[in-house]
Amino acid sequence: MKLFEVRDILKAKVTYGEEKLDMVVQAGAGGDLMSDILRGSKEGVLVLSGLNNIQLIRTAVIAGVSALVLVRGKEPDEEMKKQAAEHGLPLLTTPFTMFTACGRLFRAGLRGVDPKKTL
Amino acid sequence: MPHLTKNYPIKARDYLKAGEVSIQVQGLLKSIGFTPELIRRVSLCAYEAEMNVVMHGGDGELTLDVDTDRVSLEFRDGGPGIEDIGLALQEGYSTASEEAREMGFGAGMGLPNIQKNSDSLEILSEKGKGTDVKIGFIA
Repeated sequence: MKLFEVRDILKAKVTYGEEKLDMVVQAGAGGDLMSDILRGSKEGVLVLSGLNNIQLIRTAVIAGVSALVLVRGKEPDEEMKKQAAEHGLPLLTTPFTMFTACGRLFRAGLRGVDPKKTL
Repeated sequence: MPHLTKNYPIKARDYLKAGEVSIQVQGLLKSIGFTPELIRRVSLCAYEAEMNVVMHGGDGELTLDVDTDRVSLEFRDGGPGIEDIGLALQEGYSTASEEAREMGFGAGMGLPNIQKNSDSLEILSEKGKGTDVKIGFIA
């Protein structure tokens, strides 16, 4: 799924990464625990989170995820925007809750990062 | 690539800066040209360990030691130490503060994540005397 499709499906606002909307995301992950985000995510993964702090950006950079979506209309602060831009990490905000946002993406064909044996 | 050693100071409870050291390490490893998988493992472990120092330790430092065939991280801090290392290694066990939990930390997955993503892990700690965590990776 391309990032502009994610934007449209989630009615999201793009805080950083307008020029990267052609990027392909291969899977999605959602989490409010840094360790879960670190464990399940990698390159090509779109991460949705209810967190809204600078550590979320750093966690995403460390995990090497492709893009971040803040759920429930959370607005990132200036430092978050700056760091996202510095690391080339697209940052979006959706008005939907975590459940609804994940559901909409799943319905549109995006799948999770679950290990095969759990499916 | 020649052998390389570098020290990075880490400040306890500085949540605004926390993680910067690991991002610097990640950048350095990328510039050296290690495989993305090794860089992912090292960065993840460095970040979890750095956050441990920030959340639980006292001021400390990371020594990064890099050679062509391996990467080693050693985190030392002068904090209160780990009372029960066995317990600290259990998934879900956490003594994180409310402040750290509100930020999304304190899931009790830090050390288990490190164990899972490294090739060796050694923890030396004495109550009241700080903690020394050595993490090794084979490139």
